[in-house]
Amino acid sequence: MSNPHVGLLSFIVFVPALGAAALAFFPKGKDEAIRLFTLATTIVVLVPVLWIALPNNGQSFDIAAASMQKVFALEWIPSFDIQYFMGMDGISFPLVVLTAVICVMAMLASWSITKYVKAYCILFLLLETGMLGVFMALDFFLFYVFWEVMLLPMYFLIGIWGGSRKEYAAIKFFLYTLVGSVLMLIAILMLYFSSDLASLTPEQLVEARADHLPADADDVLKLAAAQDLIDQVNSGEVSGHTFNILALAQMGQHTELFDAPILGCSLQHWAFVLLFIGFIIKVPSVPFHTWLPDAHVEAPTPISMILAGVLLKMGGYGIIRICYPICPHGGYDFAYVVCLIGVVSMVYGALAAMAQTDFKRLVAYSSVSHMGYVVLGLGVWSATAENLYNPYYWNMGIKGAMFQMIGHGVSSAGMFFMVGVVYDRVHHRNLNEFGGLYGRMPLYTALAIGLFFAGLGLPGLCGFIGEVFVVLSVWKFSYLLAVISASVVILTAGYILWAVQRVYLGAEYKGPHEEALVPINLRELTVAATLFVLAIWFGVYPNTVLRYMDSTIDQQVIELTEWTRDVKAVEEEAATEAVETAKDRDAPGLHDRVEIKHGEGTSAAEWTELSVHTNSVKEDLHAFWIGP
Amino acid sequence: MELHQLVAESIADTKASLWPAFGPELILCATILVMLLVKLIPGLRKLDAFLIVLIGSLAALYFAFPLKHFGSSDPLPRYELFTGMLVYDAFTVYMRAFLVFFAVLFALFTRISGIPDRADAVDFYCMVLGAIVGMCLMVSANHLLVVFLAVEMASVPSYALAAMLKGRRESSEAALKYSIYGAGAAGVMLYGISLLAGILGSAHFPTMAAELSQRLPELSPQETMVLVLGGLMTTVGLAFKLSAVPFHFWCPDVFEGASAEVNAFLSVASKGAALALLVRVSLGLGMTHAEVAGPPTPEIQTQHAISTASGALAAPEAALMAVADESLVSSDADHVDTFTFRDSGTDVRHFIGLVIALLAAVTCTFGNLAAYGQTNIKRLLAYSTIAHAGYMMLPIPAALELAGVDPPAAKAAIASLALYMGIYLFMNLGAFAIVAFLRNTLGSEEIADYSGLVRQSPGVAICLATILFSLVGIPPLAGFVGKFAIFASLAEGYVSTGQVYLIVLLILGGLNTVISLFYYLRVIKVMTFESGEDRAPATPYRMLSSLAGLYTALVTAPLILLFVSWESLNNWAQAAMQNLF
Repeated sequence: MSNPHVGLLSFIVFVPALGAAALAFFPKGKDEAIRLFTLATTIVVLVPVLWIALPNNGQSFDIAAASMQKVFALEWIPSFDIQYFMGMDGISFPLVVLTAVICVMAMLASWSITKYVKAYCILFLLLETGMLGVFMALDFFLFYVFWEVMLLPMYFLIGIWGGSRKEYAAIKFFLYTLVGSVLMLIAILMLYFSSDLASLTPEQLVEARADHLPADADDVLKLAAAQDLIDQVNSGEVSGHTFNILALAQMGQHTELFDAPILGCSLQHWAFVLLFIGFIIKVPSVPFHTWLPDAHVEAPTPISMILAGVLLKMGGYGIIRICYPICPHGGYDFAYVVCLIGVVSMVYGALAAMAQTDFKRLVAYSSVSHMGYVVLGLGVWSATAENLYNPYYWNMGIKGAMFQMIGHGVSSAGMFFMVGVVYDRVHHRNLNEFGGLYGRMPLYTALAIGLFFAGLGLPGLCGFIGEVFVVLSVWKFSYLLAVISASVVILTAGYILWAVQRVYLGAEYKGPHEEALVPINLRELTVAATLFVLAIWFGVYPNTVLRYMDSTIDQQVIELTEWTRDVKAVEEEAATEAVETAKDRDAPGLHDRVEIKHGEGTSAAEWTELSVHTNSVKEDLHAFWIGP
Repeated sequence: MELHQLVAESIADTKASLWPAFGPELILCATILVMLLVKLIPGLRKLDAFLIVLIGSLAALYFAFPLKHFGSSDPLPRYELFTGMLVYDAFTVYMRAFLVFFAVLFALFTRISGIPDRADAVDFYCMVLGAIVGMCLMVSANHLLVVFLAVEMASVPSYALAAMLKGRRESSEAALKYSIYGAGAAGVMLYGISLLAGILGSAHFPTMAAELSQRLPELSPQETMVLVLGGLMTTVGLAFKLSAVPFHFWCPDVFEGASAEVNAFLSVASKGAALALLVRVSLGLGMTHAEVAGPPTPEIQTQHAISTASGALAAPEAALMAVADESLVSSDADHVDTFTFRDSGTDVRHFIGLVIALLAAVTCTFGNLAAYGQTNIKRLLAYSTIAHAGYMMLPIPAALELAGVDPPAAKAAIASLALYMGIYLFMNLGAFAIVAFLRNTLGSEEIADYSGLVRQSPGVAICLATILFSLVGIPPLAGFVGKFAIFASLAEGYVSTGQVYLIVLLILGGLNTVISLFYYLRVIKVMTFESGEDRAPATPYRMLSSLAGLYTALVTAPLILLFVSWESLNNWAQAAMQNLF
């Protein structure tokens, strides 16, 4: 069957790799031609992505559709049930756009790389392929392959074109990420061998796109295809195991396949822990964050932009796409731990940033702090029995976390670029030896201050929306964590304002190479201005980003809330009843049983009202910023 | 029965066994003879020994594939050769094809690298081909004496091959260490074999397996101890050949002393054959197989008599023979029905599985840790070979545990080993080929002398980096496929049987992958990060402008191509297991 999506998504993912292969044939020494060709390749990737983002055309992203779009599945390795299975939805599409845009910006910033330009550009394009593939892969093995494909180019990019401690930073990055990947592989294999497609209903299989029919095919046909698949698995023709992430999510939420007890906890718990560790190494969260300052500082500017702008988001993407849907038991039981890790990262990152004297290291620690918001927002599982299964605040938290990923991608890439601009001129990053740049490079300083304020989370810029959503959402979950996370804003303002004051304000420049401080040139201006405009645009009109995410996140939160009510609460009720029965048996009448009836408090009508209510959050904000 | 009858039947059985089942080995022997005798003919004296070897191995490769079974629904039968000494089944075919294919590539490699030179060529190739014949016996062994014979036949030429570079002190030292160690290990193995054969009354695997599973519940403690001791001693010999810790001490020294060509031979062919032998021994002793058919001839009835005569049989064996009568012309599905599964078989398999698991865990960990301090590339690759032997041993305990519960899954576990071996052939052959070619052009085998290689010959450096990353097991390279398949078999074993040591092995395998990153990355770092100014000026060979470069590309390309499409290799590997037990 010829599925047009195969071509479109494969084009987006593999065009950079083809560009890299073409670059191998370029003659050595033609640096300018190589750079322009690479820039053209990144723009060739950006064009279809933006085309999909624009509304009202043939390939438009359907913002009302909550499930996967542009899905295709081809057989790759049938003997292991591995498929070439890709698609995009509201969670992955904004990240794909972010990747494409940041790669163009980073390539524009790469004119400062002067040695071995050809090798640099080839590795850069291979990196882009890996990043785009991670966000669109729906087969767990394919996801893992793309996840690891990024490591090789990154190692060389940091290790050859990096700063003074580049080898140390490169090997540290590689090792940390590889440990996380190996833990992920163990979890993947355990989930794969515990999975069984025949345990799902045909409706669930269709939901998981296991019917392999195009999205617009008749529902009856799809259900029939799904039933065929179940029959084939039951008769032994086809193995029931699968790497399909959507199917695994259905199994995790609706069946007990992953509840087998291993050493006390269930398989779900262990898989959640292993996957979560793998992802928070990437985010990075304390205590697995120590590779980030070294890697960010030693990497060249464009690579820092990509690291901070895109690579860190993969950790967050993995948590929301894989950890929570497939292992909800783990997510529910460890919710406080997840939020605690988020808050500790926020506080630790901010305090560490305040202590830095290296400009780039300060920005690196600010990344640790900002990504803490992401983990916190994803983890606030407040849709519990005490809150009458109200998904509103968790929904807000996840949307805040997702927005924070996009906003931080823009602002952090911008911050690193600004540091890079001045480092290219004076070749040092010592905060105590700057000052007075305002007078020497006025336009640069204006844009830099704008981007740093975006990082600070000033209302009106992109950093604010994510932070405010996340902080508001934590209130229903834990008052203590909410108070701490709200106070981190003060720390963030502290270190950013202090850095801005030391670098840009003041009367005189106190460091070496004063004569090199020439005003910003056109190429640098393009990058900085674009990021600055994006920061303002997303801050003033966040619906630009939120409109893509709304449906998918709403649906995911509602599914997990229903799971909490139907599965987790039943389990907890059964456990409480067992305890109560035991107590009653021992001392009848001593303990009065207070029955919490399910379904009370959240009827179907109320569910609909709640989901409408979550949509109205963005409308509220819309009304707040733009007017009724 | 009468002597002349016995002799007649023996001749008939031998003739039936020799062709076509034993064909490739015969062709290799004929190649050796031709190579030796061609010197007697005046006109052919100038003929290059390499040509004879190449033609001979290509012919053997052609006959290694039973073409009439390809693409047909007629499955490859399993039968015993030479009155039960060897077994011919799909696994034999796969492993033999692996060894002979390696022989073809190896002949091309040695021709391009220049070692051996014309004077030594005949001796060198004779020993290589002789060792390969021994390895072919190893992969089809069905009798403990054949195990001993084959191990010796494969090892003794290797001792001489290690000393091929006459005049180098390290080569002679390496050969001496290898031969003394090998002789010691062989002696211990023979003692173990004699103990096992004495207790169980036979040295023929199916007979021993039947005896063992039948008598295990009623063995006295002393007999059990002798059995365990015999098993462990036999393992010593196998572990020596596998270079498993703690019987690996010969490996780094031999690899450092011998030339890179011989190292390629030892690390690929020798290890592959040793792993296949381990599979044969563990599954041969652990699985009772009712069928003991001989090679197909018109006189099928008489084969019973011969197999009956060749082992010391008790009454229970006759009952098995009755079952075997019916199962002679059965297909694979019937094999599953007729193999007798008793509880004691599980105990035997569990014990063997634990021993191999322990060996594998220690081997891969120690191999990876010991590679850290190495400065010589050949020594580093020696430790890498040790570690990979450890990885490749990992699916065997999984298969042994799964064999009683889910036979297809157990076969899939051994298939993952076969898949890894196929990929490993290219990885190690490529690594040692590059080392050999760089030795020819740079004159050094120290890692420090590879500094800045990427500036002068980027193609070669990229090929070596690809091979090293593949050895670590990182996508998108084929080495990851092998590791993935092996980890998958361990995970499946754990999920199906609940044996905790399998998940421990999985975690250990994963951690070892991470540990191994360091030392492989150090070589890559030296090649790519450093500028190469402070080493002696010598031009390394370039990929596109020399035969050596083309060979390097030829051997490295499969590592990327196989990743994109490993379905066909996986299907071959799984087909090879169809009648393993």
